[in-house]
Amino acid sequence: MQHLKSALFALLIGSLGLVALPSTPVLAQAALTGAGATFPEPIYSRWFSEYNKKTGVKINYQAIGSGGGIKQILAKTVDFGASDAAMSDEDLAKAGKPILMIPTVAGPVAITYNLSGVASGLKINAYILADIFQGRIKKWNDRRIAEINPSVSLPDVDIQVVHRSDGSGTTRIFTDYLSKVDSGWATRIGSSTAVKWPTGLGGKGTEGVASLVKQTPGAIGYVEYAYAQQNQLSVAAVENYNGIFVLPTLEGASAAADGAVVPENYRVFITNSKGKTAYPISGFTWLLVYQQQDDATKGKTLVDFLWWAIHDGQKFAASLNYADLPPALVKRLEKSIKTISYNGKALLSEK
Amino acid sequence: MMTLAAESLKGDPTFLKHVQRRNWVSLALTSLGWVLTVAALFPLFSVLLYVTIQGLPSLSLDFFTKLPAPVGEQGGMGNAVLGTLEMVSLASLFSVPIGILIATYLSELAAPQSKIAFVIRLGTDTLAGVPSIVVGVFAYALLVFTTKTFSALAGSGALAIIMLPLVIRTTEESLKLVPDSYRDGAYSLGANRFQAIFGVILPAARNGVITGALLAVSRAAGETAPLLFTALNNQYWNVELNQPMASLTVQLFTYAISPYEEKHAQAWAAALVLILFVLVFNVGVRFLLRSKF
Amino acid sequence: MTAPEPTPAVLTGMKGANDKPFAKLVQTLSFLVLVLLMAMTVVLFIDALPAIRTFGISFLVGSDWDPVNGGFGALPFIYGTVMSSLVAILLAAPTGIGVAIFITEGFLPPLLRQPVSIATEMLAAIPSVVYGLWGIFVLIPILRPFMKETANLLGVIPLLAGPTPGPSIFVTGVLLAVMILPTIIAISRDVLRAVPETLRLGSMALGATQWETIFSCILPAAAPGIMGSVILALGRALGETMAATMVIGNTPQIQASLFAPGYTLAAVLANEFAEAITDLHTSALIYAALVLLGVTLALNILAQWLVLVVSGPNSERGGR
Repeated sequence: MQHLKSALFALLIGSLGLVALPSTPVLAQAALTGAGATFPEPIYSRWFSEYNKKTGVKINYQAIGSGGGIKQILAKTVDFGASDAAMSDEDLAKAGKPILMIPTVAGPVAITYNLSGVASGLKINAYILADIFQGRIKKWNDRRIAEINPSVSLPDVDIQVVHRSDGSGTTRIFTDYLSKVDSGWATRIGSSTAVKWPTGLGGKGTEGVASLVKQTPGAIGYVEYAYAQQNQLSVAAVENYNGIFVLPTLEGASAAADGAVVPENYRVFITNSKGKTAYPISGFTWLLVYQQQDDATKGKTLVDFLWWAIHDGQKFAASLNYADLPPALVKRLEKSIKTISYNGKALLSEK
Repeated sequence: MMTLAAESLKGDPTFLKHVQRRNWVSLALTSLGWVLTVAALFPLFSVLLYVTIQGLPSLSLDFFTKLPAPVGEQGGMGNAVLGTLEMVSLASLFSVPIGILIATYLSELAAPQSKIAFVIRLGTDTLAGVPSIVVGVFAYALLVFTTKTFSALAGSGALAIIMLPLVIRTTEESLKLVPDSYRDGAYSLGANRFQAIFGVILPAARNGVITGALLAVSRAAGETAPLLFTALNNQYWNVELNQPMASLTVQLFTYAISPYEEKHAQAWAAALVLILFVLVFNVGVRFLLRSKF
Repeated sequence: MTAPEPTPAVLTGMKGANDKPFAKLVQTLSFLVLVLLMAMTVVLFIDALPAIRTFGISFLVGSDWDPVNGGFGALPFIYGTVMSSLVAILLAAPTGIGVAIFITEGFLPPLLRQPVSIATEMLAAIPSVVYGLWGIFVLIPILRPFMKETANLLGVIPLLAGPTPGPSIFVTGVLLAVMILPTIIAISRDVLRAVPETLRLGSMALGATQWETIFSCILPAAAPGIMGSVILALGRALGETMAATMVIGNTPQIQASLFAPGYTLAAVLANEFAEAITDLHTSALIYAALVLLGVTLALNILAQWLVLVVSGPNSERGGR
């Protein structure tokens, strides 16, 4: 009895002790929780760590996919969502309250492959991609791939398609591009954060796709460029609107973003952009926040961070191969951030 | 045992052949049995070997004291270790006492042929068989969706539901092993049921009860699925129950499916910590109990 | 009862406690188990209602999982779940029963009996996510050449056709087999031990070899219990989440080949539950969870009944 008692007692005291541990000195700082896109995760994790160093604010961000970002902001289980697929009007209506979509950076979606003996720069176009991802082109040495790559010796290896298994803005950007160019893809598969894949392996998150491509000989997948770069994965040169084969680069994404006409709600897709050197599979990524906040402290923390992100945060973009926001767009975003309020009062301290 | 050459039939060739064939079949089956036994144990040693070889190099003090770092920096999983400890403790706080009480009901208070006890026993075993991901969905609907936040509390709730049937069954088993003479002795001294249970029977079954609790704890510490969308994850130190919380298992999962070598190394280290924890509990428990084999 | 004369030290602290309320309280508490089961079923059912209304039974036979157009058929997941679990059972049942016989029927030297028993139980103690990690980095590389060769040799059989990317229903089945072995071994072992010694001795006395005794007397007597252990293990395999998610390839397709990637009910919950945007998608996922719950509950109850048949109702308390 004594032992049982003391064992239970120890458990009790132990857990109470854990719960009651004084949580870090900066108690006054509300912590924020956000979830969503894996596409900007490399830059966001950098931002949150820099912002934490500067202000002590802890922003807990979980990359669960853009679909998850949209769902959880609608369910209000997070303070902000993140998505590289701008929300549809239908989804926005579900919120019941206005949601602001704040673009943060733009980036290229790389087509990456794992072919021994074939380095980066394999040329590819939307029609071939569409057929590969529908399982119609099964071998790497297929005639159509060989035709536009006369200088590359392609091996007789099965193509292993890798796509996302979760709701993903990267998938939205990729399928949006294929739908714009290939009408067959548009009718059969369409464009969304999660589509009905006819073939392939599913990876969870951009990380999962990059990981599967790395581990599977003959694999092809699509990932945000930073992931391909950090993992030394080969990337393809994709044919753009003007018939030029472009590698995914920061400049290519910038060129795609520059020509874009951004509407009132900031929902814009910059795939297959007409810019001369534009990389055709590029996209913005957005943070999703409620215009009317439910908590003054958290709301204040959130708008201060947003302000920092569209100004100071932008200088971290280039080093991770994201394109920063055009200055004109930043001016417009400033106005939008000032409209975020709590109980009818704007939260942003006068800048 | 294996030969059956009966003396009287020694000269009969057909019978001899028959005997040889039967002995040969026996031998073949015995060999197959050995092969199967080795095959069954191969994965265990493979897992232990790999986890040790891969995990040991990245297991340092940093692992327990540092936070996860962005790619390219050296980080650790200190917050995840803390989170696992906290959520499992909280779950134990709920399910261990309640599980023990339910077990005393089944073993001591219910009438021997009680229908109610039978149904509750069935329910307990059935609950133990519910897939843990379904428990996670249930906890999300009950605790996350209603409170509007992912939280350590929701994670603990899911773990508690998973632990409860394990505690009940093991406690009941060990209570059954207490000889009736103890009960008779207590009652003849004028104890009421409450006194008999807490003064005599539970203390007599102490080792078994502690074993059950520890096994349930080690099981909960290894659970991932029910935490995925209840406690979510967190890259900071956190001890508050109404916030998302990191755990070793969820962190291991996200690192395992990531493409980065250094994260794989951390995942193996996390696996090593988990396995050490589980094995220490399991083996330790056997010494505690000198369990019946 | 009259008041006790001398009370031993242990009881003094609780003298005079009235145990009526205590008994009531504990009995009421015991219903918590049933309440939890009910609540789980009811909550899932309510949340799955929109999908049940929309798709009804066709949810179980539709193979179209299309979040874009809101068509949800769970057959690919059901198929992947069933196929991977079948592979697991086909591998684990003979192995597990064989090992259980080995432990109980005296083939193992006494010195090894205990360690082997403990080692098989250790298999059960390893967390699922660790198995998944091992599956990704050890098992897939080990099995990939084997799958490739098999597909090259026997590729004409649709079940064994290539290509062989690695993550697949087959690998998942192998991994699940390892994970459910301890369940089969532990329960079969207990059931075999419960077979009366007289059966063994009688059979041996009639001149049967040890294996003949096992096949003709012991296994038939223990069959329901062993069947129960296999069904219980099947329930475990069906509901296994993390390991399956990590090595099955997460592709909602029905493909003939075991070497093709697939998807399971549990894995789709792990992957999609946190991000289903439309209410119908969420509801469809919960419908899938409900199907999984229903199947595992049914299997569990069946297995328990089978084990009871062998070892008799275990409702008497007290020392044995």
